[in-house]
Formats: sequence, structure tokens, C-alpha cells
Amino acid sequence: MDFFLSRYRNLTVLLIVIVAQLLLLAYQVKSNNNVALIRVWAVTAVTPVEQGLELVRRYTWGFVEDYFVLLGVRSQNEKLQHENGQLKLENHYLKAELSTADRAQALSVFQAHSPSKTVAARVIGNGTGANSKVVFVDRGAVSGIENGMAVVTPDGIVGKVVDAYPMASLVMLITDPTFAAGVISQKNHVRGTLKGLGQTKCLVDYAQNEEKVDEGEWFYTSGDDRIFPRGFPVGQVSSVRNGKTFKEIYLVPSGMQGGVEEVLIMLQGQHLQIPDSATASSGYKILAAPNDAPGEPVQPTGQSTVLTTDADRLREQYKQSGEAQHHVFGEGLPGSAPPDFTKIQGVRATAPAARPPETATQPNREREAAQPKPVTPPAATPVETPAKAAAATAPPKPKPRPTAPILVTDPTDADPDAPPPAPKTDKPAKPPGGAQPPSGNP
Amino acid sequence: MTEYTERLLTGPSRKDKSERMRVVWLIVVPLIAILFQVWVPRHVYFLQYLELPLLITVHFALGRRGPISSVFYGMAIGLAQDSLSHQPLGMFGIVKTLVGYFASSVSQRFDVQNPIVTFILSFFFYFFHEFFYWVLARALLGQAMIFNPEQTLLFGLLNAAVALPLFHILDKLKVAS
Repeated sequence: MDFFLSRYRNLTVLLIVIVAQLLLLAYQVKSNNNVALIRVWAVTAVTPVEQGLELVRRYTWGFVEDYFVLLGVRSQNEKLQHENGQLKLENHYLKAELSTADRAQALSVFQAHSPSKTVAARVIGNGTGANSKVVFVDRGAVSGIENGMAVVTPDGIVGKVVDAYPMASLVMLITDPTFAAGVISQKNHVRGTLKGLGQTKCLVDYAQNEEKVDEGEWFYTSGDDRIFPRGFPVGQVSSVRNGKTFKEIYLVPSGMQGGVEEVLIMLQGQHLQIPDSATASSGYKILAAPNDAPGEPVQPTGQSTVLTTDADRLREQYKQSGEAQHHVFGEGLPGSAPPDFTKIQGVRATAPAARPPETATQPNREREAAQPKPVTPPAATPVETPAKAAAATAPPKPKPRPTAPILVTDPTDADPDAPPPAPKTDKPAKPPGGAQPPSGNP
Repeated sequence: MTEYTERLLTGPSRKDKSERMRVVWLIVVPLIAILFQVWVPRHVYFLQYLELPLLITVHFALGRRGPISSVFYGMAIGLAQDSLSHQPLGMFGIVKTLVGYFASSVSQRFDVQNPIVTFILSFFFYFFHEFFYWVLARALLGQAMIFNPEQTLLFGLLNAAVALPLFHILDKLKVAS
């Protein structure tokens, strides 16, 4: 045994070290428990240095950059270029300031208006490993951060907290290959699982081939994962194709456009509604949907105060005439006294649409003129004509039965070229012999 | 065997010069490398693929007489990397332990001061490091990680190119013992 150990000492040490680490790994995987102490030590040792470096960089790099740019400008031109360069620098600086202010303002506005309780954080470093998509943020357990909290920006989700240390937290980005979250599409509410690919795009998995997802469609968080509240934007579909079992939907994450600098960590998430309508393309202003008052009943068409057809106008006039004479339509028996429709006036004046359109073509007019006109009575007034005609032709009867002449009062049946109705008389025209005017329900 | 290959195999290695790095540098240099990997790629994205802790491990292992110290040095650097990642502790630790052992074993047979050998070894160990990490992630953790051989080869060349001046700088930190 001693010979073996001395002969293969290096190999034995290697095996012991490897096995020890394998056991450590197995313990963590099996118990799903991190060895927190080592991580806390490492992170506590590294993150203050990172914060210091970040602080120094933020406050010094601008001056250094200005210095080098100024040197370049001076070498390029003596006078005019120098002034131009200074103006450009100033413009660039102000734009950067404005952009920073806009970003900070957007974040604060979102934080103020969001129903979720959030904490703003700044990214201070990356995780180790070439393919890792994790970042460190400058908020930790002291600020109330816990493992599993969602990390978002106003544009969409960014990732989730995987480790919360006292002064910093490790955030797994949604592009990490081990990331997963429940998502739902905007139009057809297709559910799926968002997965990172280690690249700039993400994959939505487990969406059936039969379901419909369009390119450009937005995906939102579904809230099924109990990490991200429902209704936060995830990204826009860049490409869709059918796979063997499930669709292959690739998303461009919206929350990580232009890099991740400032983020919000959700201490208490609040579910939101997924917007129904598609996001309007930029450059078009779309009005809000009409908002009907809930207590305002919709009037039936027949009772609408806006009269649109001649029949409606005529009906309204008959109704008003009946109400003026205290007559209720539909209650009188056949033979009972009808309202005096002779008091209706201006029927023709209120029905201009009954005339043929003025823009009629000339051939039509000529054709109408060529046709023989029907012979009309000389005084074809809609109301008085039947009574007078009846008085002139028919022998006096004690009680004439109601007949069809009431239909003649319909102005739509009258000749549009006929002269206007006779002037209104104060007394209703009575047939000779005390005959009553024809009755009937209009 | 040509004269060049003969010199390559029998030439003096770093350890023959009896130069050792001070202990403080043995601690500070890996910390700087890890800090570099954590902080710099945030501002220079391209440098994300620079695996400085691996290069430091390789440099240490090539300059040491026995593999045991290289094994523990690689393990320490790997565990420090693990503690700053979201993976369980031991993934980088195991890989860098193996890198340290193999690099130290190789250094006993080759002239590791030769730039070509340094370049080839750095390239090889970068590829080995990435491939074995991928194997461990799939086998031990069951993670569906993506391994892109072309990309890894390209980044291996990049790391190997960086290793030449880096090793030269690190050699300056050594003092004669």
C-alpha cells in the first residue's frame, strides 16, 4: 500500500481532490442546497471591489474620454475643427446626459405607476464563465432581496435572482441556457415555456404545432411560474416554424435591448392584464376605444330621436298629431273616431328625400319627360283630396266606412311634381251631410 | 529527431531556473484574473471569452516542479470561480484541477518556455477546459448546454495568443530562489 501511494502519489492526490469535489457537487445537487459560506465569502470579497471599480469608472472615464477626444480633435484641425469638436463633445455629453435622465425617469415612472413593489438596482458585474449569462447587482438581502425574485425593466423581464448576498445579488438573465419561465402569447393566448439559449434570442418551447403564433407577435409572462407576475412583456417573435412535436418560436427579449444597466427587482409582484390589442406600430396614433356609459340604455331604433327615413318622419308626425288630440293609437275599435289627420302639415316639406335626386343623369330625365305622366286630380293635396272627392262624387251617407283613401295621404305615394298642399284651414273639412272623415289606424 | 525537436524536448523549462513567484503574487494574480473576468466584459463585451483564470492556472502548473501543488492551485481558482457563478461549487474546480495536473505533467517533458509550445498548450487546455466543463454540466447536472466546437476553437486561439504576453509578464514577477 505504501509502495502504491509513494509510486502513484500525484495520481492519488489528484483522485482524492477530484472525488472530494464530486462529493461536494453531489451533495449540492442532491440536497438542492448551496454551500453558502464559501459563496458569501467570495462575493463579499469581490463585490466591494467591483462597486469601487464601477464608481471610479463612472466618474473618471468621462474625463479621460474627453481628454483623448480633445487630443484627436486638436490634431485634426487647428481652429475650426477644434471648435466644432468641442460643440460635438458638448452635444454628445448632453445627449448622454439626456439619455441617462430619460432612462432613469422611465424607470422611476414605471416604478411609481407599477402596482408591484420594486427596488431599483444597478448592474455592477458579470458572472464567471464564458457562456454564463448572470450578472451581479448592487442590491442584496439588506435591501430585502431574496432568491427567486423577478428582475424587470419597463421594457420587459430581465431575469431572476438566483443568489441574494448581503450587499449584492446574482441575477440569472433570461438568455441563460438554464433559465425558464412561463409565457403566453398576446393574440391567441398560446402558452409556452421561455428558455434561454445562451445567445441574444430566446426559445419558447412546448407550444403545440397546431396553435397559431405569428411573427412579430408579443409574448407576455403568464404568471404560471410563480416568479414573474402575469402580464409583463417578454419579447417579440422573430421567427416561427413547426418542429417535430412543438413549435420552435424564437423571441427577441424586449427587456434587454441596448444592454442591462438599471433594473427593478420585484419585492412583491402584482399580476397584470395582458393587453388585448396588438401594439401599434410607431408613427400612428390610435384613439382610445369608445367608452359607452354603463347606465345609458341603448334606444330602440323605432324610438330614436334622430329620424333617418321618410317613414320615420311621417310616423312621428302622425304620432304627434295623435298625442295633440289625446288619441292613443291602437286602442280604437273599427269605426271609432280617428284623430284628425288633416291637421298634419308640412309633410312634403319635411320629406325632401322623397324627391328624386337632383343629380339624376340627363338621359333619365329625358326618359321620364318622354313618358306619359299619370293623370292626377287637380287638387291632389294629400289630406283634403279624399274628403272633397268623396263629397263631390259619392252620395251622402250617414256613416261612411273607412276605406283605403287614407293611404293617399302618404306623401311618398304622391307625385313629387305635384303642387304643394293647400293652406291649412282652421276647421277640419267635413263632408257634406255631416259625414265624418275617414277613420283608420295609420 | 531533428535538432529543433530535440531542443524542444530536452531544453530548459521554467522550473530549471529555480525561480518562484512570491506567495503574495500567487494570491493576488488569480484574484485580479477573476475580477477581470467579472468586471471587464461588462464594458468590453469581446473580452468575455478571455479565460484568464485558466491561463493563470496553466502558467502556474507549467512553472512548478510537482503536480500536487498545481492540483490544489487549480482547485482553489476553480472553486473561487464557482463561488461567483450560478452553478454548484465544484464544476470549475474539477476542470481546473485536471488542467493543473495535466499541465504540470506536460511541463516535465517539454520546454515550456518555447513560445510555440506555450501557444499550443494554452490552446489545447482552453479547449479541454471548455469541453470537459460541458461534459460535466451534461453528465452531472443534466443541463442541456450548447457546445460549439468552431467557436471554442476560435476562442482557444484567442486565449493562446493572449497567453504569450501574459506568461511573459508573469515571468517577470518571479524571483530567483
